Amino acid sequence: MRTAVVVFPGSNCDRDVRRAISETLKTAVEMTWHSEASFATDPDLVVLPGGFSYGDYLRSGAMAACSPIMGEVRRHADRGGAVLGICNGFQVLTEAGMLPGALLPNISLSFICRECYVRVERTDNMFTSGLKTKEIVQFPIAHHEGLYFLPPKELSELEEAGQVVFRYADPKSGEAGEQYAPNGALNGIAGICSKRGNVLGLMPHPERATIAHLNGGTDGVAFWHSIAKVFAGRGAF
Amino acid sequence: MDFKEAGLTEAEYARVKELLNREPNELELRLIGVMWSEHCSYKSTKQLLRTFPSKGRYVLQGQGENAGVVDVGEGWGFAFKVESHNHPSAVAPFQGAATGVGGIIRDILAMGARPCASMDGLFFGDTKLARTQHLAKGIVEGIGSYGNAVGVPVVGGKTFYSACYNENPLVNAFNAGFVRLDKMASSQTAKAGDLAVLLGSKTGRDGIAGASFASRELGEDSNASRPQVQIGDPFEEKLLIECCLDLLDSDLIASMQDMGAAGILSSSSEIAYKSGCGIDVMVHKIPLREQDMLPWEIFLSESQERMLLIVESEKLDAVFAAARHYELDCAVVGTVTDSRRYRVYDGNNLIADLPVSILGDTPEISWPASAPSDAGERASLDISFSASEDAASDLISLIACDNGRSKHGIWEQYDSMVQLHTIAGPGRPAAAIEVPQTKRACVLSMEAEPYKCRTDPFAGAAETMAMSLRVIWLAGADALGMTNCLNFASPESPEVFYELTQCVKGLAFACEELGCPVVSGNVSLYNETTSGRIFPTPLVVTAGLIEDRDHFLSCGRSKAGCAVYLTGATEGSLGASRYQAMKCAKPLGLTVALDCEAERAFRDRAIKTARARAAISGRVVSGGGLAVALAAEAISSDIGMKIDLKPKTSAEALLFSEGGARAIYSVPPDKTKDFEDIWDGFPHMRIGTAGNAAFVWDGLFELPLERLKSAFIEGR
Repeated sequence: MRTAVVVFPGSNCDRDVRRAISETLKTAVEMTWHSEASFATDPDLVVLPGGFSYGDYLRSGAMAACSPIMGEVRRHADRGGAVLGICNGFQVLTEAGMLPGALLPNISLSFICRECYVRVERTDNMFTSGLKTKEIVQFPIAHHEGLYFLPPKELSELEEAGQVVFRYADPKSGEAGEQYAPNGALNGIAGICSKRGNVLGLMPHPERATIAHLNGGTDGVAFWHSIAKVFAGRGAF
Repeated sequence: MDFKEAGLTEAEYARVKELLNREPNELELRLIGVMWSEHCSYKSTKQLLRTFPSKGRYVLQGQGENAGVVDVGEGWGFAFKVESHNHPSAVAPFQGAATGVGGIIRDILAMGARPCASMDGLFFGDTKLARTQHLAKGIVEGIGSYGNAVGVPVVGGKTFYSACYNENPLVNAFNAGFVRLDKMASSQTAKAGDLAVLLGSKTGRDGIAGASFASRELGEDSNASRPQVQIGDPFEEKLLIECCLDLLDSDLIASMQDMGAAGILSSSSEIAYKSGCGIDVMVHKIPLREQDMLPWEIFLSESQERMLLIVESEKLDAVFAAARHYELDCAVVGTVTDSRRYRVYDGNNLIADLPVSILGDTPEISWPASAPSDAGERASLDISFSASEDAASDLISLIACDNGRSKHGIWEQYDSMVQLHTIAGPGRPAAAIEVPQTKRACVLSMEAEPYKCRTDPFAGAAETMAMSLRVIWLAGADALGMTNCLNFASPESPEVFYELTQCVKGLAFACEELGCPVVSGNVSLYNETTSGRIFPTPLVVTAGLIEDRDHFLSCGRSKAGCAVYLTGATEGSLGASRYQAMKCAKPLGLTVALDCEAERAFRDRAIKTARARAAISGRVVSGGGLAVALAAEAISSDIGMKIDLKPKTSAEALLFSEGGARAIYSVPPDKTKDFEDIWDGFPHMRIGTAGNAAFVWDGLFELPLERLKSAFIEGR
């Protein structure tokens, strides 16, 4: 699998994602500065990483959504390529209109960084086909604007279309829903994909659950392998 | 203006005239006044700080640079420093704390290191007061908003509550970073002909003369000082970090200095002074945020997110290209000369012309010192004060009180995982981060013991230092070095200066005897208001090194069936303990005097225990004593314990006394022989077993684990 990570001014999980992917999949990862008009290589997966692009000024993700590289990110998605937005990257995708909804300030109005459990709701997309439906995984969260919001009608359409991929959950009972959302996300939504299943945005950080000796667990490893499986045979750069 | 407005005493002004052989002009007077202020010159403490041991096998850069640097192996240096931002945080909590984080990050960056871990020492007043709640909320949000955005994880810290901080909270910001040894930067390597380049934010009127503000007591008019508090922009800082690291990586920077207190003035004069050069600064070339700023305002502005780079002229184009890439302002504002003069030009007009030495070689003051008149009263403790009639409820109170309960409400507001190198984050005594691309780990511990320093500043400071070392050793690490922040009231009071002197002696003694050099530090004086002084609050952060991170011994990992051991004395002292302060509403009595031989014996065995993996979990006995340490271990491991240890003197002394080299360990049954062999020659005994869902102390109490958890997590 070939991966490109977009670096916006103020991105701060760009190097983390590169490390998580390159160490797990033993591949090189292209880092692309936001002002480029295109990618240097021909990536299978484009990652919009976490952080505070443009300082989160105006609105989280709003300015990054207008960066020059986003034109190419959109074309990549239109061609059916995989686009993954993590945390601030998810916010950028909603601001760019590539995913529906908006990420509002957490219900506590505080930044929250902690372990977080989510349930895999769908596996019929480019990202989670290697995971099990209803499986619960731990991906840490770290955000101030993570309350997923969509008006009621669109929200039920999203649910009916099967676009909810991750939902905040209780690891003991296996139940998922809004009551387990640390940020107050509607329907407990932690991650959604596009109708085609090739664009995924999620608030939790799988890259923080990848390196075994660090404090975030290792549930992310299966996630990276799951994506890589889709592009097996494409090789690295 | 006269010399008093510039912050100089009559004697200092006379000295200025003597050095210059003339009257300074107004701009010169302001420049000298700020550089000679307590905040910039450390004039009250320089002679004390020189007594700290500075040499050690790991030390690459000791005191005198932007931060200390120690050698952590495989070509990596570890730069670290702690610095106060107390006064600004007292008047503008959010911005004061945020810019404290930003400032210490730039100190680490100035060494060429990528800032990679923050810790914060917070000292708040009585939590029942609306003012404390307001300050604490603003300070925590400020730290979070800056640190989270700039992408540096908070890996630990210390929060302490006492009414002595009601009006004057303390915010001590620590940062550390890794640097390749061949890329280390310095503020001492400028040479004549190089250009002075200002990178980052434009200069505005924020934080003008903040250094003078921090050099006096907080008064009732301190709110009027709000314009002297700086405004932070973590987005700009993030770009500044990436840009400077790129420039260093390409060897484009000859020397660099962050802009903290006294902004352009201190950064440019320090580089010139430390490099043995002179510098000409062109005030009209400095990019401004506001119109019509006067030269002195420009020189003293503490606008944030600026770095002063010294660049060889042929590398200038490449520096400008990097600045354009990151969309940062960049301007040549001066030239390094061999004149040893600090000259300021406004256009062609020479508006200040001073010997660099007058700005760099600042005066010293030795204040009179005398023991507090009530020293005897503070040190004595009537033993009948404290009989514990209900040990279980006293234990619950100690766990649930502000100083005992979990601080997750604070640290969950900080990103503790970004940069993907946190091995052990907040909520435990020792933080650990990996050294890039190696199996090595750096361990950090932050400690302060205000109660003990209040009743006996020497022994209290020594105990503070020893405590931070024990945490490092228990984790399995060798001590690399220490940085400290000395928070005190006005040194002009003989009692305060006495306490300051004694605390420095206590720290120096412990560092010398226990083999831990002091590599950097900061002093914050005048922490007092009309309503009182803070307790003497020396805060230390000790860094340690583990060559194989798999040897890192953490806490909260006890399992059913593990033998629970106590190593060290069964009892310490109730004097100035949390239990004593809770019972008497103020600290009284003496702590344990430092027993260096016992500490070294503990050190060797603790490190060996971790490296031999003879225990799976361990915890130093600290605030709250043995019972609180065991309860904390039970809570964090989510398992009960049964303890069988009889009091020698009294239940409260057994359960709650503090001080000395003591620790608890959880040892798997098949490791007890290894463990006992390692601890042979040092007091140790098996005191119980982990298991079940209750915390039972034979003959004293039995508490359900859930009861401990609600005390710790919910504070009730």
